[in-house]
Amino acid sequence: MESIKDKVAIVGMGCTKFGENWDLSLNDMVIEAVYEACEDAGISPGDIQAVWFGSYWSGVPAPSQPLATTLKLDYKPVTRLENMCATASDALRQAAYAVASGACDIALAVGAEKLKDSGYSGLPTDELAMGLTSTALNTFRSRMFTAPGHFAMMATSYFNRYGLSPEEGRMMLAKIMVKNHKNGTLSPKAHFRREITVEQVLNAPIIAWPLGLLDCCGVSDGAAAAILVRGELARNFRPDPVYIKALQVAVGPQEGYMNPRHDWTMVKETYRAGAAAYAEAGVKNPREEISMAEVHDCFSITEAVIYEDLQFTRRGGAREEIEAGTFELNGKLPVNMDGGLKCFGHPIGATGLRMVYELYKQIQGKAGPRQVKNPGLGLAHNLGGTPGGATVSVIIVGPK
Amino acid sequence: MVGIKSFGVYIPFYRLSREEISTFWGGLPLPGERAVASYDEDAVTMAVEACRDCLKGFGPQEIDELYLASTTFPYGEKQSAALVAAALDLGREVLTIDLAGSLRSGTGGARLAAGAIQGKRARNVLVCASDLRLGLPNGPKELELGDGAAALLLSDSGVVATIDQMYSCSNEIYDVYRPAEERCLRSWEDRFVREKGYVETVAEAVAAALKKFKMTARDFSRAVFSAPNSGYLSTVAKMLGFDLKTQVQDSLCNAVGASGTAQPLLLLAAALEEAGPGEKILWVSYGDGCDVIALTVTNEISRARGRNTVKRLLASKGKLSYQKYLRWRGFLPAEPPARPRQEPVSAVALWRDRKCGMALYGVKCRRCGTVQYPVQRICMECRSKDDFEYYLFADKQGKITTFSHDSLAVSPDPPSTVAVVDFEGGGRIMMDVTDRDPAEVTIGMPVEMTFRKFREIEGISVYWWKCRPVR
Repeated sequence: MESIKDKVAIVGMGCTKFGENWDLSLNDMVIEAVYEACEDAGISPGDIQAVWFGSYWSGVPAPSQPLATTLKLDYKPVTRLENMCATASDALRQAAYAVASGACDIALAVGAEKLKDSGYSGLPTDELAMGLTSTALNTFRSRMFTAPGHFAMMATSYFNRYGLSPEEGRMMLAKIMVKNHKNGTLSPKAHFRREITVEQVLNAPIIAWPLGLLDCCGVSDGAAAAILVRGELARNFRPDPVYIKALQVAVGPQEGYMNPRHDWTMVKETYRAGAAAYAEAGVKNPREEISMAEVHDCFSITEAVIYEDLQFTRRGGAREEIEAGTFELNGKLPVNMDGGLKCFGHPIGATGLRMVYELYKQIQGKAGPRQVKNPGLGLAHNLGGTPGGATVSVIIVGPK
Repeated sequence: MVGIKSFGVYIPFYRLSREEISTFWGGLPLPGERAVASYDEDAVTMAVEACRDCLKGFGPQEIDELYLASTTFPYGEKQSAALVAAALDLGREVLTIDLAGSLRSGTGGARLAAGAIQGKRARNVLVCASDLRLGLPNGPKELELGDGAAALLLSDSGVVATIDQMYSCSNEIYDVYRPAEERCLRSWEDRFVREKGYVETVAEAVAAALKKFKMTARDFSRAVFSAPNSGYLSTVAKMLGFDLKTQVQDSLCNAVGASGTAQPLLLLAAALEEAGPGEKILWVSYGDGCDVIALTVTNEISRARGRNTVKRLLASKGKLSYQKYLRWRGFLPAEPPARPRQEPVSAVALWRDRKCGMALYGVKCRRCGTVQYPVQRICMECRSKDDFEYYLFADKQGKITTFSHDSLAVSPDPPSTVAVVDFEGGGRIMMDVTDRDPAEVTIGMPVEMTFRKFREIEGISVYWWKCRPVR
């Protein structure tokens, strides 16, 4: 099996401000992200030869035509795709494969989501999935399951396995959220840009025990885009292209809901996608070779377990690493330098490309006050679904 | 000899103090408490519980007929007995019948069952009565009623009590009644209801029955009367010469409330739990007339010893606030949380899923023995295809592996407790935990399966199973 490593490069990226973008439609956000990416790449939108458009919910059904209409594309192929919370990362993956195959020289990957037009907080109901397959999966018979409810079960199990009292466990998780909020103050495009304290996290209203409000990421609108070209053409566009080193997706068979051996203290899909990505990129020791990561901190517990699943630390090692500051902006392996989902919120179809946007700017040395010293390989991780059954993407990018 | 081979009951977990209702409305404090079906229960789910208790030790394939009696079936058209039969995994050729309209339908069902067995049409007939009746807030019925279900297995062999003689009369009267399009009971003036309704009808019917049976009150060691309250009961019992202390079965009005169609069966079960061989029991049920049945307890009663479901379920309870009662019964309009609208339902998907969903069957791999839910076609362990046998989860206990209390989920009883349940004998299902005190849920807690209503949309009630702390 061949590796994607260095065959495809990113030569332009764009990202909107994430937040409650009341005054922007989905199309407005797509235009902002795509035009910023084109300008950054030094091309015009007319140069784009094919588009992969990720959206989880917005514009369904048939969002490919509105996208072509919005951008006034010249009868170019547009594919809309959805792959849960890894939607935008998978748009990048599909576009990269098309470029690598030689089917096109310049491809656009764009992800966008408009959550705040719905009239309620939280994620929309996936009516098609929940209605028509309502009995195929036992979890969908009930609406009494939410995303925080699922991830809270991982926290309960994690605390139990490692002998943490609820107070000790919640304290550990609170420190992750404090870190991400601190980073978010340095991100002009983040939704939330204020520091929070451990006490605030611990005293926030409980959403799904043991997770409180500030253990949960926000709900936001946003869009992000990337221009991809073949690796050998990249320097024709710019002197500092960012190369794709690995693109991996792992989808699990929902063992958390069916298999008593699954103990809800890890997400095997993250481990497997990470291991595959390290192999593809030639990474032997992730803790030493990955210089920064943007990971899917939809909830505090998710980020803690990701440290272990991505082999940044040993099983059960998250707490001591958090205490040591390993993952802080000036730590050994900064995680969520831009503030993560915690500060950007999670417009589902856009998040993966927002993460890659941060890595791209960091590698080019353009991350301003958030700039990581001597950035090498950067990793972006998305987790769709739940700890019981996940769709996980791991992308590694870096300089040549 | 036809008789009762087994009996089972269901009393919901929650109890509402009558004093709390009275205090809320500023009335006189009344004694006792009433059983309240949880927000996820109805006459069908409670019937499933009572039948499951009754059928402990019996296979579903032994049942020939199922009669379900209630005045509060969830559907005007669509058989509740068929729903219950599906949840109990009874055979498709079981005769299922709904008996509606009168509090006497449960004893009526027992009479029909006895006839079917005597006429050799059936050997084992399951008769269940279940009710969730409503009175308007601040009314006497709200205080008086209670929710519950009970079931009897009638047979011609191995009976714990023989059915010796039967008497019935009907009586046309507007005492307590409910028009089909209304939810709550109506009642005429209490004096009329008491004197010309319950007291006169029961007294005359029992007197006539005893004459027909050639028996007197003294021949019975126990007398079981259904009654809306203990005052009515004691009046009639005294008139008929029964001693309240030594002969008359407690009406459970102060512990459960008047449980409608279920009440006569529930009280008979309570009596049988205490009874010894050779005892004679008089069984009386009221509603638009009166049924009177004489029974004799047999030596087989020792088989039922130690079950004590009535005692156990009376003791297994949690306090419900009046606010929750009003909300659960839909008497208190409340602003819904700002959450997505309910997803649609598919009758087709529910129909396809009736074995896995209604009866809670998973599969066991014939190749590697791995138990799994829901029904799979490719084994999660050995990947073999279409090589499974069905495997029942409904009768297994499990333990909570992890859980959360979810305040974001839309629920009439927040927070919604969700758990991963690992079963004795293998297999795992993620389920809601119902009838629980959130503070007492722990990893490792033993749970049992309970059939519940999940949601109602477009006229369709979606039923499935939840787990609850073992009662």
